[in-house]
Amino acid sequence: MSETEHAKRSPASGSSTETGSGKKRSSAFSRLMDWLENGDEALEQEMEATLSEEDAAPDHSSAVSGEGDERPEHAGKGAETPYNIPYSNVNTPKYGKIIPNSPINKPDNADNRTRSVDFYGKWWYRWASVIICLLVIGLLMAVVTMMPQFGGADTLVDSEVSAYYVEHTLKDTGAVNIVTGIILDYRGFDTLGESHVLFIAVCAVLLMLSIKGEKNEKERLHSAAMEQLFEPKNDVILQSAARILTPIVFVFGLYIVFNGHLSPGGGFSGGAVLGAGLILYQNAFGYEKIERFFTHRTFRAVSVVCLLSYSLMKGYHFFTGANHLENGISAGQPGSIFSAGLLLPLNIVVGGVVACTMYALYTMFRRGEF
Amino acid sequence: MEALNVILLLFVIVCGAAVSLTKNLLSSVVIFTAQGLVLSVIWILLRSPDLAITEASVGAGVSSILMFAALKKIDAIDKKGGSRDENAKEKSAENPGE
Repeated sequence: MSETEHAKRSPASGSSTETGSGKKRSSAFSRLMDWLENGDEALEQEMEATLSEEDAAPDHSSAVSGEGDERPEHAGKGAETPYNIPYSNVNTPKYGKIIPNSPINKPDNADNRTRSVDFYGKWWYRWASVIICLLVIGLLMAVVTMMPQFGGADTLVDSEVSAYYVEHTLKDTGAVNIVTGIILDYRGFDTLGESHVLFIAVCAVLLMLSIKGEKNEKERLHSAAMEQLFEPKNDVILQSAARILTPIVFVFGLYIVFNGHLSPGGGFSGGAVLGAGLILYQNAFGYEKIERFFTHRTFRAVSVVCLLSYSLMKGYHFFTGANHLENGISAGQPGSIFSAGLLLPLNIVVGGVVACTMYALYTMFRRGEF
Repeated sequence: MEALNVILLLFVIVCGAAVSLTKNLLSSVVIFTAQGLVLSVIWILLRSPDLAITEASVGAGVSSILMFAALKKIDAIDKKGGSRDENAKEKSAENPGE
C-alpha cells in the first residue's frame, strides 16, 4: 500500500486533510459546511472523484489482509463498505486497464451512484433545513431536561400513580401481572383504539398497494412469475432451522397470550411473536404450505371476529365516558389461568389481531396482494 | 453489572449513529436489527420483561423483516446481496464495453 493511500484511509478526524489525488474533506462537519457553501455539486464531484479513484485502483487487498481494523472509520462511505471487497477486488490487468476510461466515469452514468437532484431550489433552503433541524433537536433536548428524574423517589407523579396501581390492580382486576391489568382494564379503551389502528394500517397498505392492481392479466401473470423467482428455493439451512424454531415460537407466543394476565407479556407481545412465527414459516416453506391453514380468508375472519368481540367487551366505554361497568364475571382465584375476568379473552383477541396484522403487512409488502 | 450496562448502552449509541451514517441500506437494516436486540436486553436489565418481549419480536424481528421486504420492493437489494449502486458499478466493471 502506498503512502498516500494509507494517509487517505486513515484521515485525522475533525480536520480537513488534503491527501491523495483530490481534495477530500474528512470530518462530517466540514463536509456539511462544504454542502452549505457550494451546494450539491461539491459533494457530487467529491463522490465522483472517490468512485473513479476506486475504479482506477481497486486496492482493497489491504483491507482483507490485516488492516481491517481501520474499516470502521469509513463506515459512512458506502462505496467502501466491506460488501464490495470481493467484487471490486478485481485487480487483474484486464480490468485495471479498461476501467479508467470506461463509460461509468462519464456523467451520463452518474445517476447510478449519486442520484442527486437539485431539490434545493433557493440557496437559503439548505441553511433553513440545518437551522430547523437544530431547533427541533434543541426543543427535544429541552423537553427531556424538563421531565421528572428517571426513577427518582421524590418524583411525585410517578410515585402516586404507580403506588395506586401496585396497591389496587390485583383487587380491581384480578391480574397478577400489573402491566396487563393496566393495559387491558384501566386503559382498556385505549387498547381498543390501538387494535383498530393496526387494522386500519393494514387496510391502508392494502389500498395503497392495490392501486397497481388494475394492470391487465398478462402483466399480472408476469409479475406473479417474477415473484416466484424470489420464493425460497428449498433453502436447507433455513428450512432445518424453521422446522425446529417454528413450533417453539408458536408455543411461546401462545403461552404469552394465554398467560398474559399472570406472567410478563400479553396480547400485543404474544401476537407479535405469533406473527413472527407465521412469517418465519412462510419464508422457509413458501405460500403453498402456509395457505393450507392461513389464507386471506383466515386473516379476515380472525381480524373481524377479534375486533368485534373486543368492541363488544369494551365498546360501552363510548357511552360511559371511558368509565367502567361491572361485568359480572368473578375475578376468580388470583394466579389461576381462569381468573381476572375479561382479561384472558381480551388478551386472546388482541393477540389474534396483532398476529394477523404482522403477517398481513409482511405478505402485502412481499407479494403486493394478500 | 455496571460495566455490562455501560457496554450495552454504548452499543446502542454506536448502532444508532451507524444506522444513519451507513449508506448501504441493507447494512442499515441489519445494524438496526442488532440495535433492537440489544435494546431488548436493556429492557430486561431495567426490569420490564413485557417491553423486552415486544422489542425482541417487533423491533428486532418483524420490523426489520418488513424493511427487508420494502427494500426488495424498491429494488434496493440485488441477488448478490450488495446495494444497488455497488452492483451497478460492478456490473459495468464486468461488461466494460457497455
